Amino acid sequence: MNPFSSGTRLRDMIRAIRACKTAAEERAVVRKECAAIRAAINENDQDYRHRNLAKLMFIHMLGYPTHFGQMECLKLIASAGFPEKRIGYLGLMLLLDERQEVLMLVTNSLKQDLNHTNQYIVGLALCALGNICSAEMARDLAPEVERLLQFRDPNIRKKAALCSIRIIKKVPDLAENFINPTASLLKEKHHGVLITGVQLCTDLCKVSPEALEFFRNKCTDGLVKTLRDMVNSPYAPEYDIAGITDPFLHIRLLRLLRVLGQGDADASDSMNDILAQVATKTESNKNAGNAILYECVETIMSIEDNGGLRVLAINILGRFLSNRDNNIRYVALNMLMKAITVDTQAVQRHRATILECVKDSDASIRKRALELVYLLVNESNVKPLTKELVDYLEVSDQEFKGDLTAKICSIVSKFSPEKIWYIDQMLKVLSEAGNFVKDEVWHALVVVISNASDLHGYTVRALYRAFQTSAEQECLVRVAVWCIGEYGDLLVNNVGMLDIEDPITVTESDAVDVIEIAIKSHTSDLTTKAMAFVALLKLSSRFPSCSERIKDIIVHYKGSLVLELQQRAIEFNSIIMKHQNIRSALVERMPVLDEATFIGKRAGSIPATVSTPTAGSINMPNGIAKPSAAPLVDLLDLSSDDAPAPSSSGGDFLQDLLGVDLLSSSKTSGVNAVSQNGTDALLDLLSIGSPPVQSSPSAHDILSASQDNKTSVSPLDGLSSPSYPNQSTSAGVTPVMDLLGGFAADPPKPEDNGSAYPSLVAFESSSLKIVFNFSKPPGNPQTTLVQAEFTNLSSDNYTDFVFQAAVPKFLQLHLDPASSNTLPASGNGVVTQSLKVTNSQHGKKSLVMRIRIAYKINNKDVLEEGQVNNFPRGL
Amino acid sequence: MGIRFILMVNKQGQTRLAQYYEYLTLEERRALEGEIVRKCLARNEQQCSFVEHRNYKIVYRRYASLFFLVGVDNEENELAILEFIHLLVETMDRHFGNVCELDIMFHLEKAHFMLEEMVMNGCIVETSKSNILAPIQLMDKSS
Repeated sequence: MNPFSSGTRLRDMIRAIRACKTAAEERAVVRKECAAIRAAINENDQDYRHRNLAKLMFIHMLGYPTHFGQMECLKLIASAGFPEKRIGYLGLMLLLDERQEVLMLVTNSLKQDLNHTNQYIVGLALCALGNICSAEMARDLAPEVERLLQFRDPNIRKKAALCSIRIIKKVPDLAENFINPTASLLKEKHHGVLITGVQLCTDLCKVSPEALEFFRNKCTDGLVKTLRDMVNSPYAPEYDIAGITDPFLHIRLLRLLRVLGQGDADASDSMNDILAQVATKTESNKNAGNAILYECVETIMSIEDNGGLRVLAINILGRFLSNRDNNIRYVALNMLMKAITVDTQAVQRHRATILECVKDSDASIRKRALELVYLLVNESNVKPLTKELVDYLEVSDQEFKGDLTAKICSIVSKFSPEKIWYIDQMLKVLSEAGNFVKDEVWHALVVVISNASDLHGYTVRALYRAFQTSAEQECLVRVAVWCIGEYGDLLVNNVGMLDIEDPITVTESDAVDVIEIAIKSHTSDLTTKAMAFVALLKLSSRFPSCSERIKDIIVHYKGSLVLELQQRAIEFNSIIMKHQNIRSALVERMPVLDEATFIGKRAGSIPATVSTPTAGSINMPNGIAKPSAAPLVDLLDLSSDDAPAPSSSGGDFLQDLLGVDLLSSSKTSGVNAVSQNGTDALLDLLSIGSPPVQSSPSAHDILSASQDNKTSVSPLDGLSSPSYPNQSTSAGVTPVMDLLGGFAADPPKPEDNGSAYPSLVAFESSSLKIVFNFSKPPGNPQTTLVQAEFTNLSSDNYTDFVFQAAVPKFLQLHLDPASSNTLPASGNGVVTQSLKVTNSQHGKKSLVMRIRIAYKINNKDVLEEGQVNNFPRGL
Repeated sequence: MGIRFILMVNKQGQTRLAQYYEYLTLEERRALEGEIVRKCLARNEQQCSFVEHRNYKIVYRRYASLFFLVGVDNEENELAILEFIHLLVETMDRHFGNVCELDIMFHLEKAHFMLEEMVMNGCIVETSKSNILAPIQLMDKSS
């Protein structure tokens, strides 16, 4: 009985599904069917089991869950009839996978069927095993499969061979059992057995070096002969494709020869003749022939060197590359990628053709060609190749621009011979495809510009020109805005004119125009606008004549609904209005950004030292330019390494912190508010890295509330620096991992009540030293009393001295007031402060603490911070 | 293992046959099929038959209203897979007589049995059409 000839209802279901006009209708039909099938399963309906399973397979193909039918497969497999078994095994392969427990139940049925007298049933079992076998099944059933490799019927032998591949991949230890039977498969004449045997042999060589050695010594000559017989065989209608007998077998044989010849001169030598014959004699006007040539070229490229053959192979690739058929060109590009490691010169010869392929209308070919060009670039050809690519950028498809831009930027930064060329190319890319440029790329550009002091004038003028034509490219706008803010005076005065430049006349108001356009453009995002504000502030000092106009622009945004802009507008306005005397110092040009540090950060090789950012407005007069984001990235990078936030819930943690952040540096004066904003990168860092100052929530509330009263200018949330939400969150997550990782390594310590602990230098800089002394109250091992001693190492008195500490959630911290808030100079007195730390994970985790010290030297704010994680164990 | 999956998809992008040789969850399959179909069906006749997607290379060929898509890994010979698709279609043609979408839909299990005889665990088992079809026709006769 055929389960499907009477299965009209299967047909009905398919028709019903086909008739569905919408996805919702289809879902309804499928749901109804599934309900019916479940009901049938529950009633243990035998007659329709196979039909139900067939339906389930169709439903599964449509992408609906069918797990409830899995047991039905097993029941069908266990039944006696062939049709039931057949559909059962098919269901097994489609509906189940090797990860499911159910599969264990089928091992026994498989074993029985592998030993069945009906060879078709054996075939079914082999096929199923070959597709879904797990490691346990492989161990259980390997002997059966091994035996079937010598079965009389070749159709069983070929399936057993492929089944063996699965087994040795799952359990490589079993490989040696299969070496001998495989060797005999390689001598067979039956194509099916031969092709599967060759594949098994290839996989054996991959998993077992002994097998490779064995086949290399024993079978290379035999395989060469087999291939020769194949190539010279007379017409065989059953296997003929375009005049070639079984190209699939050709290809598998060539692949196995490649594995055997790789790294072995003798074996390579013995196959040279046949490879030469295949490479020269194979017809290349049909796909089948080209497939063989393609495989042959790869084998020639992989085996040990034979000059003549390599030339032959490269010539074939050259022919492929100039073929009109796109498929052939694609594989040629693909193969040249592999050939480049073997013979770069030969590939370089085809550079012009490859470059043409980058401009092909076919996305697949373009992608391959671009990857290849990328590999072909070196110091000597970088200029012409980049020119070609940049020229093409203008006309390329939108969806290709992203890839192309990334590659050009990478090439330019890797091989650029001189800075001016680098800047030129980057400006071209930014003008053409600025919207596709990644953040780190333009950050890098800003760093390079900042370092090229003789090119500042040239760059800012070039950017000004580029802006006139490409104001819609976001990243170009950002770089232009930054540079005009920094070097606006060079733009107007034509300072540092190079010979190659055309002179341009830019008035001060023209320069301000650019910034104004950037602020007002609706395409500019928050980062760009925020950068533009900083640039305006800088220009207000550099161009006194435009000061009034700049003020008007800034004032306009005092009511902005975007908090970040509003805050900047208010603060900058107050600088312009009230603090003329410090403005010029405040907006001085950025110091040269450290190229090495930046590159180091990008490479991820971050030094382990804790940075001690100092947030005084005078100490960092250029802090305002921080939003240029390159240094920002630096800081964030650092924070992710150095400032672990010891909490598993990084999210609410950040929120906690928003209130606390203001503590140290937010004072009422406008100057400080600005410095704060300028250095919001720093604060960001703190807000990510440092846990709440007091872990008891009430204390924390009080702190932030009192802060509220003091803060007249900046709204609390402004500090969270909305312009870089992504960076801050990502940075916020990593430290959590870091710190927890660090903790986990600490082994539990036995309790150690009341014993003495050595003192610890918790912090030491050129200006300040902090020593922690420890004691334990008797009877309470969880609690540690810490006496902190602060010593001033500088020659100035510190006033308004505030020490703050923060701990992860498993710790509780109580801070007593300090003995004084003035720290006399030169160590002439010590301020002490008591801390009580309660460790809820006592014995499992060690103490850890972030500290922050704020004080004033001659009324200048100084902020230092650090992390203490070398507490004695057992505290 | 070269072949990772075989898909047959009609012009509208509906899957008509799907055989995977590696484990993907149902959601992953749906997403993958959707992405591939969108990519491949948008291409024109002149463009090459290979599309790179995620870590797969898709080799595809169109026969009338039906697309045959084969996902392979990076090691596979793309041209050979193209030839293999043709062999698959010829085999189905010989069995069904000018195979069409409906043949595959209504004889899904037969299409799978044929595929089983040709590919196992991502490797080619047999390349002779009569060897592939012999067991299937034998079964048809006996039932």
